Amino acid sequence: MGGPRAGKVLVLGVLVAFGLGSSAEVRAGEPPVHASPSAAPAPVAAPLVFSPHDIAFVDALTWGANASTMARFHALGVEGWLKEQLHPARDTLPAEAQRQIEALEISRRSAPQLVTEFRDRDAALKNLPSPEEKGAAQKVYQADMTARAREAATAAILRALYAPDQLRERMVWFWLNHFNVHQAKGNLRLLMADYQDNAIRPHALGKFRDLLAATLRHPAMLRYLDNAENAAGRINENYAREIMELHTLGVGSGYSQKDVEELARILTGVGIAGPNIPRVKPGQEALLIRDGLFEFNPARHDFGDKVLLGRTIEGQGFAEVEEALDILSRAPATARHVSRDIAIYFVADNPPEALVQRMADTFQKSDGDIAAVLATMIRSPEFEASLGKRFKDPVRYVFSAVRLAYDDRVILNTQPVQNWLNRLGEGLYNHETPDGYPLVSTAWTASGQMTARFEIARQIGSGAAGLFKPAEEGAVEQPAFPLLQNSLYFSGLSARLSPATRLALAQAISPQDWNTLFLSSPDFMQ
Amino acid sequence: MNRRHVLAGLAGLAPMTVAGRVWAAPKADARLLVVFLRGAYDAANVVIPVSSSFYYESRPNLAIARPGSGVGSALSLDVDWGLHPALASSILPLFQRGEVAFVPFAGTDDLTRSHFETQDTIELGQEVNVRRDYRSGFMARLAHELTGVRPISFTEQLPLTFQGEVAVPNVAINAVGKAGIDSRQAKLITAMYEHGPLSGAVAEGFRVRDEVYQQVTDHMMEASRNAASPKGFELSARRIGRLMRETFNLGFVDVGGWDTHVNQGGATGYLADRLGELGRGLAGFAEEIGPKWNDTVVVVLSEFGRTFRENGNHGTDHGHGSVYWVLGGGVRGGRIAGEQVAVDQPHLFQNRDYPVLTDYRGLLGGLIRQLYGLDAASLGRVFANVTPKDLALV
Repeated sequence: MGGPRAGKVLVLGVLVAFGLGSSAEVRAGEPPVHASPSAAPAPVAAPLVFSPHDIAFVDALTWGANASTMARFHALGVEGWLKEQLHPARDTLPAEAQRQIEALEISRRSAPQLVTEFRDRDAALKNLPSPEEKGAAQKVYQADMTARAREAATAAILRALYAPDQLRERMVWFWLNHFNVHQAKGNLRLLMADYQDNAIRPHALGKFRDLLAATLRHPAMLRYLDNAENAAGRINENYAREIMELHTLGVGSGYSQKDVEELARILTGVGIAGPNIPRVKPGQEALLIRDGLFEFNPARHDFGDKVLLGRTIEGQGFAEVEEALDILSRAPATARHVSRDIAIYFVADNPPEALVQRMADTFQKSDGDIAAVLATMIRSPEFEASLGKRFKDPVRYVFSAVRLAYDDRVILNTQPVQNWLNRLGEGLYNHETPDGYPLVSTAWTASGQMTARFEIARQIGSGAAGLFKPAEEGAVEQPAFPLLQNSLYFSGLSARLSPATRLALAQAISPQDWNTLFLSSPDFMQ
Repeated sequence: MNRRHVLAGLAGLAPMTVAGRVWAAPKADARLLVVFLRGAYDAANVVIPVSSSFYYESRPNLAIARPGSGVGSALSLDVDWGLHPALASSILPLFQRGEVAFVPFAGTDDLTRSHFETQDTIELGQEVNVRRDYRSGFMARLAHELTGVRPISFTEQLPLTFQGEVAVPNVAINAVGKAGIDSRQAKLITAMYEHGPLSGAVAEGFRVRDEVYQQVTDHMMEASRNAASPKGFELSARRIGRLMRETFNLGFVDVGGWDTHVNQGGATGYLADRLGELGRGLAGFAEEIGPKWNDTVVVVLSEFGRTFRENGNHGTDHGHGSVYWVLGGGVRGGRIAGEQVAVDQPHLFQNRDYPVLTDYRGLLGGLIRQLYGLDAASLGRVFANVTPKDLALV
């Protein structure tokens, strides 16, 4: 990664001993220094000091403000940093995170290779003579599939925690949720890594139309919403309905049951490539599409004409799907629905209608350019007014806590993070239904949710969570106590703490206790 | 507080007779559990219209054979209806004891056929064509009307139905574990939240955490003497039974996985497995709640039914009318309740689905009116502008 290291040296220069509550107040009293576009990293010996506003701004657009991200923000200034976030050059990772991802099985084998391998194993295990052997082999087979999904989560977590293109990573999660699939169905566990890295991430800040098409061509989606089964005369409406209700137009936007049925007909033959090339009627050979695991099989397609949202689509094969995607992705209802969801995610449970409309206007003018829609939101007074107020959902809560606790020191084991997310009810690839996890904060503030969160705060804060215990057999946990009361805390975070939180923190009896209370505080929840 | 007001009035009433039984008014120790089958379960293959030849024509691959036709055939409920064989050892005995009633052709007038919209519709329990208030679910409104009520949601998140003026705790019932946050930390954390919007949730969370842990672990120690410990929904339902016997009397739990577009199976298979687990859970709940079963009503519902005809993939798509279940020791069951029509092609809704003849608000309204002795004004605050349907279920 190419970020300047000067800032990092500056902010890591001060490690303050535990328990100096009064020094926090002194620091908090210092005048905040705003990052300005022209500010170059200067050779200053003192730590950088950030205003609560700047921290909240960076916090809102990343997986959590930490010292190194704040240093980058300081170095580039607001405009430079924002430009880098909205239009990141490449998704490069710190070397240690990159090393861990490259060591995963999912990095060494493509999705088609994995699917073929497991298909062969499945066939072989069916031929085993004794039920005991079969049962044992089946267990290993299932465990190996689960391991591939865990690896996908590992890659996602490492990127979320350490990728410099933080806003893109926020959007990768957002779109994974918007185009939700559930890992437990069939062989989806093998496909999760490919889905997030090849269908979602490349388009996360790009054009919505491309993103929609990429999810439509992905076997994870086609399996999850049963379109792989949808064929002429054997219609399965499931995916067609969810495209309109969840992915594009939104329910109540005016489409009918008939539109659902017509789109289902358009989608007949859109499915997953098997080992054999399907037989196709003479004259239709050119209409067959096979691309990796994607297949459009004209032999399964309904070639009759269809009427979608009042527009006639002539029967012609996969080109119908392209036409339908044009109609759906360019519909004003889609612009509003998608913009509203983005605004809910970043701004408020009930985002102001005027903001949603401006974002939707940008969506339509830019032909669904996601970065442009985000820019409209980020530059709005509504976004500005929301800074520091958005209640964190569990994923953001956990990621921001780990980012703050260890900054850019790369964790060696993501399993504790996966467990926390599951315990908080927002595990990766674990939402069963296609609507994705709720974006509104009221879904995450119930009493049982809060107590679960405090338990996680304790686990992260006490430093014994196993984040630095490498997954390899016999590996020894590396010492790594979370430094939450760090330079960023004293140079900015402490300034926004409420008196009640300060009072509680002052009663902490150990560093572990202080960390637990800090991560449990209402101030850190938003 | 209007509920105190209402109850002060009600407390003066003499015991009244409802459906032949003497209730105190209001019925303070009644227990109500709502079980939401999310995903729109295929009601027609669970409470099966066995006298309908149209059913057998419409489902060449999925239909459950008529009662008495060998292994895997439906269990007879009456001449027209049968029960899925996966419920033979759990629900059928309850039905035969007269503790289960099924209400076919039940549901909403929500026609989106969207899981999420229709689930919201039911959980909110508001009038249609009125702007939805997402901060007001019907179970929260019911809790507000009752005194001596201890509501709880046995879910990871608080469901829409419990959003409202009453702070309702939630607990992820399958994952109750020993707390790491000690009581000193709990006090400090509670103090940090004291003047904020989450103060109630945080304080209640710690209270309920300790209470539930205590009761669930006592239970686990008792249960560990038995050989196999239950898993999945049965584990949850047994814990719920225990908690509702001791402490809580208004509960909600949901069970997912009913959206069967492909290969849902027949007498065996995917749906049968889900059903078996559900049945074992409900029977386990009845067992755990013990003597309180007589004062308990369990309502099992789902957002809508599925297409009456099977689709091309041995599954079913989104439909309309469903079948609701009402269970309890005091339920007047062993019967199929509510308005019915012949199950044939002309009676299908939009030539596709079960029609809705019993509106869920009328059904639930009638039920809770009898269960708690609610007056019209009170009932009107739970379900505005609804005519409660008197199916004499309790």
